[in-house]
Amino acid sequence: MIIKINNFIQRIFSNLFKKKKNVKIGLYGPTNSGKTTLANRICKDWIGENMGKASKVPHETREIQQKEKVQIKSKKGKILNFNLVDTPGIATKIDYKDFMKFKMSAKESRKRAKEATKGVIESIKWLDDMDCVLVVLDSTENPYTQVNITILGNLAARNIPVLIVGNKIDLRKSDVKKIEAAFPQYDIVGISAENGHNIEEFYESLFKLVK
Amino acid sequence: MPKNITLQFIPYATIAYLSSYQRVKLLIDLTSENKILLVQGKLSPQEETDLISETMKRIGKSKRFKGIELTSFIPKVKHLTILQNMVERLASTFGNRDILTVIGPATIVREIRKDPTKIQLFLRK
Repeated sequence: MIIKINNFIQRIFSNLFKKKKNVKIGLYGPTNSGKTTLANRICKDWIGENMGKASKVPHETREIQQKEKVQIKSKKGKILNFNLVDTPGIATKIDYKDFMKFKMSAKESRKRAKEATKGVIESIKWLDDMDCVLVVLDSTENPYTQVNITILGNLAARNIPVLIVGNKIDLRKSDVKKIEAAFPQYDIVGISAENGHNIEEFYESLFKLVK
Repeated sequence: MPKNITLQFIPYATIAYLSSYQRVKLLIDLTSENKILLVQGKLSPQEETDLISETMKRIGKSKRFKGIELTSFIPKVKHLTILQNMVERLASTFGNRDILTVIGPATIVREIRKDPTKIQLFLRK
């Protein structure tokens, strides 16, 4: 009887003081959609530092990058703690010659291609570890690609909550409605991660995603 | 690009009883032989990511192989009755044979575009 009471008290205390686990939010998408730029925007806005290097060269992010204990506040004063995971862009083909168009040597390009292939495999492996995912799409590009469909299909199969972020809305060719038409069953927010257009709405959507 | 292009049709019956691993291996092996595959049916989301992962491993191993282009084509039939709709949904749970999956090596296929009525393959010169 005493043991039972002891266990009961221990359970109550451990639940009272147990820290709420930080949710893991992943940034997924095809290459050059602006995942790292968005990660940098979030980190700069809330912890005052960048997360990784973003560039116009495809496969700039070739390893998983993680920023732990990011805390954001909503307009209503709600607080959200999470670990942000930036992943290499997913692709179905990688040709080292494509990197040579960006003034890289053949040797550098081959090395980058090799690292990029490993990065894609890592991104896919990490899908199982995510609590929520931001699928970052370039809103100037055609959304009906197999990479986008495969990412969203896998997240749906794993029951992972998704927010689609239509990035680069500051560009003339941007068309968020095309993304909405392609994936009508998802919440979609259009932003420019680079210059911060509509970023407040994005943060509000993030709160809804994680609730 | 090779002078001859091979289009290989893979009927549903060929892949239906294979394990996911065998299915992905068969598709990637054939694509590595510079064949464009027309597969009756659709891969599961897990098989699609397995196919991408396997593709990445092959790129790392081979100098010639640059990856794949793939798409699944789901013909949309309008004006189905409720009963027809239910039959369609039931059939799709056992593997929808109306869906066509196109997979081609990236050294031959530059891009695949699709809309609800057609698939366009743009080949490299």
